[in-house]
Amino acid sequence: MTLSSDRMQELQAIAQRVRVDIVSMVHAAKCGHPGGPLGMADFMTVLFMEHLNLTTENLDDPGRDRFVLGNGHTCAGYYALLSAKGLIPHDELLTFRKLGSRLQGHPHRTPEMGIDFSTGSLGTGLSAAAGMALGARLNGTNAHVYCTSSDGDSQEGQIWEAATSAAHFELSNLTVIVDFNNIQIDGKMREIMNVRDLRAKYEAFGWNALDVDGHDMEALDQAFSDTRNAAMPTAIIAHTIIGKGVGFMEDTSSWHGVAPDDEQLAVALAELGATG
Amino acid sequence: MTLSPPLATGEVKKVATRAAYGEALLALGGQRDDVIVFDADLSGSTKTKAFGQAYPDRFFNFGVAEANMMGTAAGLASLGRQVVFASSFAMFATGKAWEQLRQCVCVPNLNVKVCATHAGLTVGEDGKSHQMLEDITLMRAIPNMKVIVPADATEARAAVLAAVDIPGPVYIRLSRASTRVILGDDYRFELGRGTVLRDGTDLAICACGVEVPEALDAAELLFAKGIDARVINLSTVDPMDEELVATAARECGAILTVEEHQIRGGLGDAVAQAVVKHCPVPMGMVGMDGEFGQSGPPNDLLAHYGLDAKGIAARAEELLQRKG
Repeated sequence: MTLSSDRMQELQAIAQRVRVDIVSMVHAAKCGHPGGPLGMADFMTVLFMEHLNLTTENLDDPGRDRFVLGNGHTCAGYYALLSAKGLIPHDELLTFRKLGSRLQGHPHRTPEMGIDFSTGSLGTGLSAAAGMALGARLNGTNAHVYCTSSDGDSQEGQIWEAATSAAHFELSNLTVIVDFNNIQIDGKMREIMNVRDLRAKYEAFGWNALDVDGHDMEALDQAFSDTRNAAMPTAIIAHTIIGKGVGFMEDTSSWHGVAPDDEQLAVALAELGATG
Repeated sequence: MTLSPPLATGEVKKVATRAAYGEALLALGGQRDDVIVFDADLSGSTKTKAFGQAYPDRFFNFGVAEANMMGTAAGLASLGRQVVFASSFAMFATGKAWEQLRQCVCVPNLNVKVCATHAGLTVGEDGKSHQMLEDITLMRAIPNMKVIVPADATEARAAVLAAVDIPGPVYIRLSRASTRVILGDDYRFELGRGTVLRDGTDLAICACGVEVPEALDAAELLFAKGIDARVINLSTVDPMDEELVATAARECGAILTVEEHQIRGGLGDAVAQAVVKHCPVPMGMVGMDGEFGQSGPPNDLLAHYGLDAKGIAARAEELLQRKG
C-alpha cells in the first residue's frame, strides 16, 4: 500500500509541525538537543502516524505496539509526536526539561503518556526493545516493537550483544531504525569512530537490513510495511541530515546539544514556515 | 524484640544457597507460568538449569552477555505480565551489568529479580577476579533495589519464594560453597525484617549471609569466656530493619557487624547509618577492609581474613574494651 498524495502532504505538514515544536521546546528549555530530532522528524512521523499502533484508546492493551527511543537525547521530537497522537497536551511541550515536568530531559517510562521505557544512556535501548519483543511473543500478541538507534549509539558494545540475541531468538516482531547522520557530539562520526556499513553489520548478525533515505517518506512507509512480514528482526538504516529543515543546524555537530537563542529561534521558525 | 525463629536441630546439614535457589525456582515454575528465567552461560553453576530443563519455553540463555541480559529482562518486565529472574555470578551480574540494573531496571522500577551466585570470598580457588566483594555496596546504592543476603539454604529458598511477590527490583546474594543450615524449616522470611537468633546483652553481632553461622559459633566462643552476645541475622540489607538495630544498640551498648564483603558501603555501613540515626554506640566492622581476596579453600580464606568464628570473637573482645 502506498501513501496517497493527500496523505503524503499531511504527513509532511505534521513533520514540519514536529520540527517547529522541537526548536520551540529546546529554546524554551534553554538547553537540549535540537539537531538529532530535526533529522529524525520525517521517519518518526511516518512511524508514529502510519505504523505504530499506539493511541489514547489502546494504552492498556497488551497487544499494542511498543516504542523505545534508544537515542534518548532526541526526545523533543518523540514528545512532539506523542502530542500529535493526543497522548501529551500540546501546551505541556513547553515544560520540557523544567522542574516538575513529566517531559524529562531524557525519556522516563510513563505509561499514561505512552512512554514505554526509560532511556538516555546509549546502548541500552535495543536490549529493552528485544525484551519487549520476547514478551510480546510469550504473551501471544501481534505487537510489534520499534526502537530507534543511531550511528553513535552503534559504537556501544551492548548494541551488538542485543543484535546477537535478537537474531538468536528470531525476534521478527522487532524493528530498529538507525538514525545515520554521521554526526556525534565531538564531530563527524566517521572521524571520531567510524561504525562503517551498518546494513552489512546487521545482516552479518542475521538481521533483515536495508538502507533507506531517511527523508523519503514513501520509501520509509514501504520499509515499515515490509518489516511486519519479515522472518527475522529488521534494521532500517535511515540516512538523514542532522538539523534537517533548519539550514544553520544542518550537517553540523554544533547543534547536537545546543539551544537556539531568541534570534536564532525566529530564523528557524521562519524557515519552517511558522511565525515566532 | 523480634522473637527468634526456631533454629535447625538434629544432624548438621550443609547446603549451598545457590542450590536452594535452583530448587525454589523449579518449585515456582510449577506454581506460576509468569515466572521467566534468564541466565548468561552459567546455568549449571547458578542452578537455573533445572528450571530450564523443566520449562524450556520460559528459560532464555543469553550467552556471555550480562549487560544485554539485564536490559532484555527489563524490557520483558516492562510489559507488566512476567517476573524475570536473571542470574549470573555476582561479579558479572552486578559488575558488568550495573548500569543496566540502574538505568533499565531500577529507574523504571521493574519486576526483575537478580539472583547472583558465587558472591564473596567463599568462591574459593577461582580467586580475586571472581570473588565479588563490592556487590552489596553497588546494589544498595541504587534507589528501588531491595538487597537480600540469605543466611543459609532455608532462608535462600524462602527469600526466592517471597521475591516473586515483592514488587520491583530485588537483589539476592547467593554463595557457591555449601554452608551449615541454621534455620528451622518453619522459618518465615519477611523483607526488611531481621531476626534475633541468639539473645544476649553484652554486645550485638549483626551478620548476613555465610557469616551468620560463623557469628553463631563466635557467640559460643565468647560465652565460654563469660561474654553474652546477641546474634542478629540481618538478611535484608536494604531496607534495613532500623528498629531491631536501634533496640540492639540500646540494650547491648555495642554492635559488631560481620559480612563476607568490603566493609565500605556494605552491611556495616548500612547498620552504622541506623545506629547513628537512633542510638550511637561503639561499633566494629568485620569484613574485607579495602583489599581483594586470593585463591584458596573457602574455609581457609575466611580464617585468613578473620571472617571465621575465631576472628569474629577476637574482634568482639576488642570492641568490648571500647564499650563504656
